Amino acid sequence: MISSTDNREEIEAKSRAVLQDDIVSYIEHCRSLPHPESYLIAVLHKVQRHFGYLGNEHLDAVAQLMQIPAAKVTGVATFYHFFRLQPRGKYMINVCMGTACYVKGADRVLEKLKEELGIDIGETTKDRLFTLEATRCLGTCGLAPVITIDGQVYGEVTPDQIPGLLEKTIKGTRE
Amino acid sequence: MMLENKTITVTIDGVPVSVPAGTTIMEAAETLGVHIPRLCYHPSLSRQGSCRICIVEVKDMPYFMTSCSVEVSEGMEVRTNSPEIRQARRDIIELLLDNHPKECQTCERDGNCELQRLAYSLGVRERLFEGERKSFDIEASGRSVVRDSEKCILCQRCVRVCSEVQGVYNLSQQSRGFGTVVTPAHFQAMDESVCVQCGQCINVCPTAAFLEQNHTEFVWQALADPAKHVVVQTAPSIRATIGEGFGLEPGTPTTGRMITALRRMGFDAVFDTDLGADLTIVEEANEFIGRLKTGPLPMITSCSPGWINFMEKFYPELIPNASTCRSPMTMLSALAKTYYAETTGRRPEDIYMVAVMPCVAKKFEARRPEHYIGPDIPMTDAVLTTRELIWMIKSYGIDFAGLPDGDFDAPLGIATGAGDIFGTTGGVMEATLRTASETLTGEKCEKLEFKEVRAVEGLREVDLVIGDMTLSVGVANGLQNAKILLDKVVSGEKSFHIIEIMACPGGCIGGGGQPYPPSGYEILDSKLLALRAGALYEVDKNRPVRRSHANPAVKAIYDTFLGEPGSPKSHELLHTTYHPQLPRGIR
Repeated sequence: MISSTDNREEIEAKSRAVLQDDIVSYIEHCRSLPHPESYLIAVLHKVQRHFGYLGNEHLDAVAQLMQIPAAKVTGVATFYHFFRLQPRGKYMINVCMGTACYVKGADRVLEKLKEELGIDIGETTKDRLFTLEATRCLGTCGLAPVITIDGQVYGEVTPDQIPGLLEKTIKGTRE
Repeated sequence: MMLENKTITVTIDGVPVSVPAGTTIMEAAETLGVHIPRLCYHPSLSRQGSCRICIVEVKDMPYFMTSCSVEVSEGMEVRTNSPEIRQARRDIIELLLDNHPKECQTCERDGNCELQRLAYSLGVRERLFEGERKSFDIEASGRSVVRDSEKCILCQRCVRVCSEVQGVYNLSQQSRGFGTVVTPAHFQAMDESVCVQCGQCINVCPTAAFLEQNHTEFVWQALADPAKHVVVQTAPSIRATIGEGFGLEPGTPTTGRMITALRRMGFDAVFDTDLGADLTIVEEANEFIGRLKTGPLPMITSCSPGWINFMEKFYPELIPNASTCRSPMTMLSALAKTYYAETTGRRPEDIYMVAVMPCVAKKFEARRPEHYIGPDIPMTDAVLTTRELIWMIKSYGIDFAGLPDGDFDAPLGIATGAGDIFGTTGGVMEATLRTASETLTGEKCEKLEFKEVRAVEGLREVDLVIGDMTLSVGVANGLQNAKILLDKVVSGEKSFHIIEIMACPGGCIGGGGQPYPPSGYEILDSKLLALRAGALYEVDKNRPVRRSHANPAVKAIYDTFLGEPGSPKSHELLHTTYHPQLPRGIR
């Protein structure tokens, strides 16, 4: 019995369009296995790897295609620190908040970054250039306090160096 | 399981007791008359063990154990009230209170809050811990349900009732640690989520983290407005439950006292939603007879707005199967602003219709655009839950229990016993059968009570012989139960002729707007639901007319106003349309 008021196919097609083909195939594979819902975290990892973050539209699509209630999907996505709910900027800034960096003033460096970028930890600037993250020990305690910008490590950083470092990062791409 | 018949003997506070294997410590203690304090535990929901209030001391165990989730084992020695246990429980409550707003005196649940009651009974007399308190905005944009996460203690009863009993799974714990909060997906507002507005989260919440959208102020203002002709209608189940709010035993019918109370509050006329129910039966029976010839079958009842929301979000393919009848409340409201307005020489906009409902989804229904009589004139102006009306009567200072009986006003207060039983599971079906058994056979039918459709266990499938045909009937209450029936319909596994669905467990008597139960009873408790249903059957039994189509007021309304059942005017005023709604629910 197919009813004119059934929107299942339409919603599934939209959900598939939101996600990438590989991810959709992986979800279909998971659904053929016992306890398909136990693959939710694995699916979310794939989505984040591809898109850089888990947006509402991605989470809803995963919910529909895996047939797991959306509240449960977002419950998982918001629980784990590794999952990002906002798009990443072009450049990741990681501020080490490990013990050594902290005692050497990482908190002041972080404050300066927040002030310069106008964002909080875990957020991305409006121009989508920078995402700010606080991390644990980067293993280079001798250089404390340490930050990384776009994979580049900067040691013995002081707050007054921050504007220059940001500018250098942006210019580096323009050249 | 092999253990099924095994009996286990344990000692609780020095008293030996034998219980079946699989019994929890809490249940075993209950058989001895020991009520272990609890907060997250609910007998109708899965075991959670998160609040830790129900901890007990078990001999030789290195730590306290949660009595709600630990099953007894042979020879176990349990202490429920050692000084250490009492202190630990007090500490837990103090920690919960520390992270809870200090606004008991201005809180809706003051005097009716499980956290407050526990703090008192466990002897918390001061607050020793002072720390940071969680901070969330109140989500009050919903037409039915208001969420105040600062009052939430994360017991997850709402999460469990929403997923396990209602199959909606709209609520879940989001984020972690201090930021943990129970919300729909994406922290959505209730009306933007898959919420079906049933209000069971309100019923099971131990605090005021969930409440109904309050309409009492609208009603006070209307009552004080001399330009308004303020009329009220009461749903079938209110007469069976309102007494609980005034210390009367559950199951005490109080129709007459309820009417008198409403009159004393200043309502200009007191009508009975039962008349709307009688009209529903007549219209639905006419619709059903048409569908027996042309389909689509099964026809599914449409009185429960929680079910309608559920259908539009979770089973949109079944929209063509739903009866197009508006709910009894909206039918009566529609007639109040047309038929009653015309016969009493009033303009519809001068009539203010208040509906007293066991339901919070009715607040949502009343604001649906389909239920407006003009651009700014809703058929129903305000919807009060049973709880809100109880509060208003108390606030007015009326001694409800001692009131003399009153009578509903004619013509919209004349109803039958068939309308009364709409308030309980199987009641709409039984009322339908009382009429259909005569209309289908064309003969007088002696049988009045169709006990086989009273789905007290939640779900029933029965075949009934009416004249020369066999009707395949399904009845479900609680949406998780409804899913079982609906999945059979969708898959084609079984062909039904007619299905009754009520969103709430037990039907309207277990609605999301019903009184918080008196002590000794639990919400969702089958014992309590049976008492409330019993009151409705008693009211039905004492009615001179018990078949909807024999209601003289219904006859008069058709003769002088509507024409026939299914006439264009009936369609305009008494029928509606449904549409798939997003987000689509996962079923």
